[in-house]
Amino acid sequence: MACQVTVPSTRERVSAHDADPAPAAPRPPRRAGGLLDRWGSLVLPLVAFLLVVFVLPLAFVLAQSFTEPEPGLQNYTDFFGSPVYLDVLANTFRIAGMVTVVTLLLGFPYAYLMTLAGPFWRGVLMVAVLVPFWTSLLIRTFAWVLMLSDTGVINTVLREIGLISEPLPLLRNLTGVLIGMSQVMLPFAVLPMYATMRSVDRRLVQAAEGLGATPLQAFWRVYAPLTAPGVAAATLLVFVSSLGFYVTPALLGGPGDVMIGELIAKQLSGVLRWGFASALAIALLVVTGLLLALVARFVDLRRMLGGAR
Amino acid sequence: MTSRRIVRGLLGALVGLTALYLVAPVFIVVPMSFSDSQFLKFPPTSWSTRWFESYFGDDEWIASTLASIQIGVLVTIASVVLGTLAALGMVRGNYPLRGAVAGLVLAPVLVPYVIIGLAVYAMFLQFGLTETTLGFVLIHTALAVPYVVINVSAALFSFDRRLELAAMNLGAGPVSAFLRITLPIIAPSMITGALFAFITSFDEVVTAVFLSGPDLTTLPAKMWSGVRVQIDPTVAAVSSMLLLVTLALFSGAGITRFVRSRSGARRNPGTAEPDTVRQTQ
Repeated sequence: MACQVTVPSTRERVSAHDADPAPAAPRPPRRAGGLLDRWGSLVLPLVAFLLVVFVLPLAFVLAQSFTEPEPGLQNYTDFFGSPVYLDVLANTFRIAGMVTVVTLLLGFPYAYLMTLAGPFWRGVLMVAVLVPFWTSLLIRTFAWVLMLSDTGVINTVLREIGLISEPLPLLRNLTGVLIGMSQVMLPFAVLPMYATMRSVDRRLVQAAEGLGATPLQAFWRVYAPLTAPGVAAATLLVFVSSLGFYVTPALLGGPGDVMIGELIAKQLSGVLRWGFASALAIALLVVTGLLLALVARFVDLRRMLGGAR
Repeated sequence: MTSRRIVRGLLGALVGLTALYLVAPVFIVVPMSFSDSQFLKFPPTSWSTRWFESYFGDDEWIASTLASIQIGVLVTIASVVLGTLAALGMVRGNYPLRGAVAGLVLAPVLVPYVIIGLAVYAMFLQFGLTETTLGFVLIHTALAVPYVVINVSAALFSFDRRLELAAMNLGAGPVSAFLRITLPIIAPSMITGALFAFITSFDEVVTAVFLSGPDLTTLPAKMWSGVRVQIDPTVAAVSSMLLLVTLALFSGAGITRFVRSRSGARRNPGTAEPDTVRQTQ
């Protein structure tokens, strides 16, 4: 199951009722909020490092969003008061939503077939999902430019076989952004759904059919609800990651498809608008943080993000 | 029965196309990099190696490649040291604010890179750290270290500490027990983490675009400027070379892992699939 339930270990539950402290064990039970011990102090260098290199700059941006160019809420009122910028915000949510739908539609059957396939084909499908992670995002996006341009692979092939006479507009517009971003995000949809589907007992579907359900009914009323946690995790993970995209929409999109990430970067080219860029970043950070808190209820993020088990 | 077979066939076709969509487009850069044309038309009308020559003959390209390698190596060392220590502390120790610490360690992977880029750019400008190796190493280490922590702590969780106790019973000091028993056992996970750390730094575009300038430009930032406005076909040549290198590196790692998980699969079925996700924006 992708949804994670924290169950205290037997030892902890027992020792909570016992008068005796837990006996010396290879791995002592950890108490939430326990005091720093010798092993625990090994965490300190990394914590100190991240506080200085990662948190401090974010705090600086937060402060800057209220103080540059002059103290006040002006950057935020500028952002939420201007139709141009609200358009960008709406665009960001719209594109993230569309990417989510595309990846779910392609990812659900993909994950489902992985559970049905034998070890060999499952391995092949898994490698196909993981290859995108092995190659740099910039190279993949650049490859899409070569695929989608007017003289690119897709238009050339379609023209050669006589399906079109004029090149289809696939690049520097919404189509290009959706094609590119969906490819990047698809693994984020497939992996949580596959993790959930793998643990669904298929005999339940057979039982439903044995009791008279049609295959479609059995799938829809028995199998689909059981995969809901994985689908929810995939939906949120893809949506929230899509919100912060910069490279792919900047290269594949047109002037009408600017997302908030690109808007942030734009504030620093030409006239430097530090305060406004900071306000945009904080807005994106807050939305991302809230959605991630929601994701964490459905999926063990740590395992999703680098899970050697 | 036949309708079920048709559904299965359609499903297979859809999934096959999806797999193709995931994998195939990347490889288009390889034939395109041998195109003679300035405009990267498909199919190339004549072939040449001029874009490879343009890469190797250009000091800026070479300098940015060397800068990226140097930064990547330093980031790998720093994140393996910091990450392994932290993983040991997180798995074995007691310390306050566990949830907050876990969140802090994962945060660099979860926060959109464009926010991090803006933040470190603003901050590093104050200290003169933009366009410096130190600046890049600092922020890339923050971005890469979670992968080391995740990999090493997973190994430590499954490590049986009685092995260490046995070594100490047999006369080893705590340090030599750690160096001779624990370290060799967690070493493969440290290597996986190190590989991820290197690739994270080496591929990173977004903060690199903020921090790069005439004094120091990393390879991805240089490639970015070669595709952002007008496409420089040299990028295609660089991309094909990088593609081959990363695929070789990772298939090497993947094969080792597959072989290991194969030998472990008999004891513990269902752990064969690697599920490793990187931040991609």
